[in-house]
Amino acid sequence: MKSFNLIITGYGGQGILTLTEIISNAALKQGYDVKEAELHGLAQRGGSLDCHIRLGKKIHSPLITRGKADLIIALEATEALRACYWANKKTVILTNSKIFRINTNLKRILNKIKGITKNLHVVNADEIVKKMTGDITAVNIFMLGYALSKGLLPLKKEFVWKAVEEKIRKRFLEENKKVFEEAVKKK
Amino acid sequence: MKDIITNKKRGFLFGNEAIVRGALESGIGYAASYPGTPASEIGDCFAKIAKDIGVYFEWSTNEKIALEGAAGAAFSGVKSLVSVKHYGLNVASDSLLPLVYLECPLVVVIADDPGCFSSVQTEQDSRWYSKLGKIPTLEPSNSQEAKDMTKFAFQLSSKYKIPVMIRLTTRVCYSKSLVNFNKIIKGKAKGKFLKKEFKLGSSQTVELHKKLLEKLNKIKKESEKSCFNLVEKGKGNVGVITSGVSYDYIKEAMQELNIKLPLLKIGFSFPFPVEKVKNFVKNLKEVIIVEEVDPILEEEVRKITNIEIYGKDLFPKAGELKPEHVLIGIAKILNKPLPEELEENIEKFNIKVEKRIPFFCPGCPHRATFYAVKKVLGKDKIFGGDIGCYMLGAYSPYKMQDFVVSMGASIGVSHGIAKTTSKKPVIFIGDSTFFHAGVPALLNLVYNKADALVIVLDNRWTAMTGHQPNPGTGLTGAGEVTKQIDIEEIAKACKVDFVKTSNVYNFNQFCKDIKEAYNKKGVSVIIAKGECRLAAVRRLIKQGIKLPKFSVVKQNSKLSELMEFGCPAIKKEKGKFVIDKDLCWGCAVCKQLFPEFIKVEK
Repeated sequence: MKSFNLIITGYGGQGILTLTEIISNAALKQGYDVKEAELHGLAQRGGSLDCHIRLGKKIHSPLITRGKADLIIALEATEALRACYWANKKTVILTNSKIFRINTNLKRILNKIKGITKNLHVVNADEIVKKMTGDITAVNIFMLGYALSKGLLPLKKEFVWKAVEEKIRKRFLEENKKVFEEAVKKK
Repeated sequence: MKDIITNKKRGFLFGNEAIVRGALESGIGYAASYPGTPASEIGDCFAKIAKDIGVYFEWSTNEKIALEGAAGAAFSGVKSLVSVKHYGLNVASDSLLPLVYLECPLVVVIADDPGCFSSVQTEQDSRWYSKLGKIPTLEPSNSQEAKDMTKFAFQLSSKYKIPVMIRLTTRVCYSKSLVNFNKIIKGKAKGKFLKKEFKLGSSQTVELHKKLLEKLNKIKKESEKSCFNLVEKGKGNVGVITSGVSYDYIKEAMQELNIKLPLLKIGFSFPFPVEKVKNFVKNLKEVIIVEEVDPILEEEVRKITNIEIYGKDLFPKAGELKPEHVLIGIAKILNKPLPEELEENIEKFNIKVEKRIPFFCPGCPHRATFYAVKKVLGKDKIFGGDIGCYMLGAYSPYKMQDFVVSMGASIGVSHGIAKTTSKKPVIFIGDSTFFHAGVPALLNLVYNKADALVIVLDNRWTAMTGHQPNPGTGLTGAGEVTKQIDIEEIAKACKVDFVKTSNVYNFNQFCKDIKEAYNKKGVSVIIAKGECRLAAVRRLIKQGIKLPKFSVVKQNSKLSELMEFGCPAIKKEKGKFVIDKDLCWGCAVCKQLFPEFIKVEK
């Protein structure tokens, strides 16, 4: 099998590391060889952050080679565009419509992305999650469920949810489950 | 992190975690560190598990002291390890180099940061220390090797009574892969100090040096036959020599290009396995050398052979080495086409995306400090910066750092400026940095009669690296309550001319204190106190306490001043100032600035 290359991106503080850990863990449960690359440090303070997950039979490099991503999940739209460094015309991009602290607009960003790949899904995750829970903490879990519902991840829902359960603190699990199930329903 | 101490057969670990697992499988008894990313999590892991597993762990006040403690433990027969980032090694090097002469069986883990993801100083390649200090060195390329090499480092250091260095890079520290486990061996945390020959002295030093050289000859034999210096057979007369994470990039590139070149992976890089390399290049016409940062392998190989060598002429000399660099370089030499997707991306992706500048968290005490100083003293003073989150004070809307050099250098460099200009520098230094290297510099300011204002940004934690405790926190690395060192008392003992501790969240009084301190002649110290908001908020959420939220109740043109304050929660939408409730962490400074227009929500 060819490896599956996934970029998860956004800005520091959006729960990207959590999402990355959940997906890697689900992939391991499903029996893949997995490598993951992330960065720590100033990310908490609003910088760009891209995490790489690669799964397959035997993975060498933890970093994805330029142009070789299969899927990009972006929790913020300008970061989706930035991550197009790893995209080709077949790459699927799932992005939150949010733009945070960058002077641009969504239309401009999406047009530029379409110059690289037409396989684009845009969802207003912040608004949906805020309506459901009152804040935007669970946007990462929503994007995960949404990617599953669209069949973008080569992972089974049961493994993914098991990985969520192992990662999210008990007190917040109920709320995350609600968000996850809502996202999984979206076809 | 919980994966490290499991009894399972394998775990999915970061390189940093694998180092800890390797140490546990070696019977470690003592570990010490000073936080520095990308090495911070090695200490974090020990901090979390030390007590349960019977290992002594400490966050020391700086890297030199961490290393010295580990050496003391090693001299007492306890297996010990010290972990630091590349710049931390420079601080520790003063003691590391003599310890190599002194027969100290110690494991030194050092994490370089090519690409400077979490370092402002330099892209230092710490492998130069191998040669400078004659220190046996191992270079893992993934988590499994990080664990295996840690175990081997303990064996080698015990066998030859010598410090052994493990050199990591950011991508090894922060990539996760599966690691096979062996049994954890319970080490001893108590030993016995035997009084004998641990002495350097003019008559002995040269003798110890000779002895070290003999020892290195023996260790070189180990390196020649080591399984970490591995030949992988391939086709053709172009070979590859590599080390560290670059190995994975080569394997990836060869898979992409559908080729299999003869490959020598150097994992045990000092003493350099000369014979093995000679043997490897014997039947080759050309060799490609792939390594991150400096051409250290390349220089060694050039000494050995006259065949054509491709190295740093082909790959970047600065910045992180990426898989595509390796792929493009190898394809070029072999005259192979690049993969379609890469070609396509190079052609199409020439988009410039505005760089995202990190910012102080909402409610961060440092924001209040920079804003107060700007308000009271203006932006034109000379501002000395140091290492910590407050480096972000260099960015808009503050732009209040004229230099950042190294730990404690805010004070040291400002001293020279104060002595040679008529300006009075304003110095920003964090609590942990102050304990680490600021105290001797403060003494120097006072002793040599400078005129300067030192602002110690005391947020109670070593925050940037992940909230490790420091002497001001009142907790040890293992989480035990300890004496809390008061920075004001230290300043007084240093006989500064004026000192005051001021709560940054009591904003108007804080401004008055800054003004008073600046106007005093001589050395003034303001301790700008306010706990790291991120740490505080996390604790409050855990306790189920809701944060107060603020909102703009009346619009006014004066509110445009808030843009100078630079809180990410405050923005202007359709001509109106609003506070984003998803971002506001309730510090209340904006309300103190504009009590008529901003109120707390009921």
